[in-house]
This record gives sequence, C-alpha cells and structure tokens, in this order.
Amino acid sequence: MPQTMFEKIWSRHVVAEGPGGHVLLYIDRHLLHEGSTSAFGRLAAQGRRVRRPELSFATTDHYLLTAPGAVAADPEIRGMVENLTRHTARQGIVHFDVGDARRGIVHVIGPEQGLTLPGITLVCGDSHTATHGAFGALAFGIGSSEVEHVLATQALWQKKPRTMRVAVEGRLGPGVTAKDVILTIIATIGAGGGVGHAIEYAGEAIRAMSMDERMTVCNMSIEAGARTGMVAPDTTTFAYVEGKPFAPTGAAWAQALAAWTALPSDPGATFDREVALAAGEIAPTVTWGTSPQDALPVTARVPDPGAIADVARRESMTRALAYMGLAPGTPLTDVTVDRVFIGSCTNSRLDDLRAAARVVRGRRALVPAWVVPGSGLIRRAAEAEGLDRVFVEAGFEWREAGCSMCVGMNGETAREGERVASTSNRNFEGRQGKGARTHLMSPAMAAAAAVTGRLTDVRTL
Amino acid sequence: MRPFTRLSAVAAPIDLPNVDTDRIIPARFLRKPRATPGYAGFLFHDVRFDADGSERPEFVLNQAPYRGAHILVVAENFGCGSSREMAVWVLEAYGVRSVIAPSLGDIFHQNCYKNGLLPVILPAAAVAGLRRQLHARPGTALAVDLETQTVTDPDGVAHPFEVDPFRKQALLTGQDEIALTLSQEAAIAAFERRQRTEMGWLVAGSPAS
Repeated sequence: MPQTMFEKIWSRHVVAEGPGGHVLLYIDRHLLHEGSTSAFGRLAAQGRRVRRPELSFATTDHYLLTAPGAVAADPEIRGMVENLTRHTARQGIVHFDVGDARRGIVHVIGPEQGLTLPGITLVCGDSHTATHGAFGALAFGIGSSEVEHVLATQALWQKKPRTMRVAVEGRLGPGVTAKDVILTIIATIGAGGGVGHAIEYAGEAIRAMSMDERMTVCNMSIEAGARTGMVAPDTTTFAYVEGKPFAPTGAAWAQALAAWTALPSDPGATFDREVALAAGEIAPTVTWGTSPQDALPVTARVPDPGAIADVARRESMTRALAYMGLAPGTPLTDVTVDRVFIGSCTNSRLDDLRAAARVVRGRRALVPAWVVPGSGLIRRAAEAEGLDRVFVEAGFEWREAGCSMCVGMNGETAREGERVASTSNRNFEGRQGKGARTHLMSPAMAAAAAVTGRLTDVRTL
Repeated sequence: MRPFTRLSAVAAPIDLPNVDTDRIIPARFLRKPRATPGYAGFLFHDVRFDADGSERPEFVLNQAPYRGAHILVVAENFGCGSSREMAVWVLEAYGVRSVIAPSLGDIFHQNCYKNGLLPVILPAAAVAGLRRQLHARPGTALAVDLETQTVTDPDGVAHPFEVDPFRKQALLTGQDEIALTLSQEAAIAAFERRQRTEMGWLVAGSPAS
C-alpha cells in the first residue's frame, strides 16, 4: 500500500505498541535550550540519568541578551543561562555555549550543524520544532515533562496524528516569499485548522524553495495548530546537508542518500485532508490582528468586524482591532510602525538577511530597527558579505544571535503601545512585550517598513 | 502525578477562541520557579490585572461567583502557541483541575495529562451550551467524572466524552510515565541495536571539529 513520508518515518521509529493506539516512538535527536533546565532538575531529583547524552544537543538562545557583549543584570535570567551550562556539563551533553560561534537559535543551528537529517525523529521543548521538518524529518515541539521523559528514555508515547497535504502549485510572483506563503496557508486553514495533523507541504512552489525558505514554511506549522510540518527531501536538501559538521560522510553518506531517496510519499499515498493553494495568487502578506491567521495581502484594508455574521468571530475581531489600535477600512499601507524586528527562528537565516539588505541598501531606517541573526555562524557569514555594514549604515542595530524580541524572555521587548513590523511568528497580545502591537511579515517587507516608517508593499520600492 | 477521578466544582466560562499560552502566562514569568509564592497570580496576568496590580472587574475569574473556579469551559484551540508547560502549572496552581473545550492546542493538551489536569473534548455546540449555562447561572458547578467519562451540566444532563484509554489509566492512577517507559528498556535496547544496522548513517556522524 502506498505510504506517506510521515507514515514511513513514524513506522520506522516504533519501539513498542501501547493501549489506545499509542506507540512508544524512538527519538533520534533531542535539542535543548535554557528553558529545558527544569527537566534536568526533576530528573536528578528522581535519581535518574540521561540515557543517551550523545543524542542531545544544547544551545543558549531564549534568555541570552543580544546586545553585543551584554550580560543580563537580572539574576534570574543569568541563572537560566548558567543552569544550562552546569547541567549539560554534568551530563556530558554537547552545548554550543556563550562564546562559541556555533551558538544560536536552536532551530537554526540544528540544520546548520547537520544534526537535522532526513528521515529522523527530532524533538525540542519548543513549539517551533517543526522547522526541522523542512528536511523530511519528523520533528515536533514538546513540553517540559516530555523533555524529562526523552532525557530519561530516548523515547516518547505518542498517538499517530492524521495527515494533511498542503500543495502550493505554480510559481510565486516577484517580491513574494516563503513567509507570505505560510501566512496565507494559516489564514486559509485557520489557527486551529491543523490541530491533530501532520502536514506535508508539497507542490511546485515548495519544490522551488531553498532550504532556508522551506524552514520558514515548516516553522510556522504550529501557528496553524499542526503537530508537525514537513517537506520531502530532494537534491536541494542533500546539497544543503552534505559537508555539515555532524552529517554522515563517506560510505555512511552513500547509505544515507539511498535511504533518504526512498522517503518521499509514494505516488497514490492518501492524506486525511488535502488543501491546495495557487502560488500566483499569493501577495506580500501582513497580519492585522492578534492571531497569525489574521493575515491579508498588504494591498488590503483592515477588515470590518461588522461584516462578520458569526458572533464569536466578530467579538474576537473587535477585541483584536482594539488591542491593535486599528480602525476598520484603513488601508494597511497607511499603518505607521514604531519599531522593526528582523530575526527569530522563522526568519533569521542568511537568505533572510540578504533579502532584507537588498531593500535596505542605500536607504535609511526611519524607526528603531534591529537585525538579530539566527546564529554566530550566520552573523559571521553575513559580515563576510558586508550585510552588517548595509544595515548599520542605514541606522539598524546589528546584534548577536538569539531569540530576542520574538518572545521577549530575555527582557528585550517593545514598549506598551508600540507597533512592531516583525519577521517573527506570533502576533499574540503581549507576545513582544506587554501592550506591544505586532505585525508579522517577511524580512523584505519588514525592511521596507523600516525605511518608510509604515507597512509597505515591497514591490513598490 | 496527582490522580484525577471525579470532580464537582465551580466552572468559569471563557468565550474567546485561540487563547494562547502567552496569554495564560506571559513570557516574563517563565523564569520564576514553580514554588514561587503567589505563582497562581501569574495566571492570565495581563488580562486579569491592571498595570497597578488591581483586578480588572470584566475578567471572569475576578467576578465573585467564578473566583477560585476549578474547571474552565473554553472555546476552540485554547492553549495554542508556545509549548510552555508553565501554562498548565499556573492553572494547576490556581486550582484548575479540568479544562473543557471543543479543541485544544496539541502540546498544551499533552501537558495537561502530565500534570493531572483532565482535558475534556466535547462537540463545539455542547461546549457553547455549557458556557451559556455558566453565564446564565454564575457560580454553578459542573461534575466531571473520568471513570464514567461524563460531564454533568447544571440541569443534570450528562455529556459523554471520549478519552484515550492510555491517558485515562495514567490519570486515574497518577502513574509515573517515565517509570512505565523504563520498564520497556529491553524493547528500547533492541530497537537501538536494529537501528545501528539499518540506519548506520545516523550514528556515523560526528563533529568534524
């Protein structure tokens, strides 16, 4: 019987069958960050050990400050960073720590180091773990108790999700990026549309994407509620992985390629749900509300809750517009911004920084704007191309790698009422700081907002 | 883990869909240890309190009949977003033992099971009906029974719900899931031996430097 890629990876990792359709699923790679330290503490309190420390890898990203050389004044934040160093050293886990150029956002460095490979299972105590699905891996976010469980057993009890294929057929227009594709997908199926599903992204537009772009798409699967998102591996994938520090080499590489080539869904494999989008109809997209599903082409106007029949939806839209300080009917391109953030596990890779720099070159930021690269290595590569100078000369701040203002755990937040054009993944109330108003968009669009001071259709610059 | 068997308690309705875990506990509180005095005060902090710390009267848990509710009846996709398990810890700290919803964020849903909170999924119309009853009669109790898999509303109508047998058993007994898995050690070791042969490329990788 024809199988989907998801089913192939799933069935290959079943250790044991449990009741109620649960299986014990083996975990090939476990990624850790400062938020994982409470799991280490509970494990130690139970007198348990890390079963396979060589399969876990840690980095410091969520709590570290991104101002060059800065040390957090807050003792709690410093404690989070130091705890991870202590626990990983004690357990013999590789840790890309402060001062290591390989340190960076967990979902950026996994692929960059070749830890993320096709056909594997990968988990992390972070909801954006589906990023790694861009390689044809089964990757999903877990909670702190599950982090503890994986440390102790290298496995997790899981119930098989349903499958969904989202096909983006045709070619993207000029100025339209992976971020616009995923925002449009989320707006189409809804913030809860993917709950209980593993999504496979397919179609010509996805095939044409670079690995950086595919990671942007898979990264936001959780914003549609999906358990995971994935893209079939192909020559683009193999070319990216080959030569990465932890990737297989020599005979093992040949063996891996043979296995990976057999991973894509078989012709005739069926999915529980199929969704199709036309790439040519996708425009540069921005969010107007407080859920990633509140996304529209930048050429649109702020929607009118009065036109919505469903009471719950109308009330939720009204609340979102009040929080965002927006009036129905306002052209989105009339909305001025106070701050710009280019970074996060969604959009902080070299392709993203290049796209932003192309817009910024020769222009000037009209509002405070930050660029936070995804890793020390990306920062270095960008500097080798002179991208840092493009940003700095335009008045942007060029910062150290980390999660920064996407989640604000390290205290880097926008001020109350400030409107932020952001390349991150969540526009929730208070996400970028209490009372901060977030508009999600692509790096090129965020760069355009920085140099014009308003939401701008990058195609008009 | 604290077992869950049955509970009859005051329930509070939350009508807003897509309540994310950032709203349940804002990021700046995530570095606070779970044992912090007043941890329950972080629950829904920025919609529950004004800047000066005073309660916002319009927020449901600040209204006398719903104060200290042990059950929340919520709208679709509650607990979406960030994987932060603190969203469950802070609900537990406040005293919430069960969340009744048409759908829940997947990671939040799993995190509930790990902490002795019972997530109940009912059809959207049934959940909306329960919320209407709670609005109409503030402070009324609901009864949630895991053994019989029913939610009994204020009119005495029982709503049956599905629950996975694996999770049901764990909740009823307060089972230590890691201990259960460690009892499968032979199967895990056998899997690893097989994988070393079949996926040799996976373990062959090592850092170049």
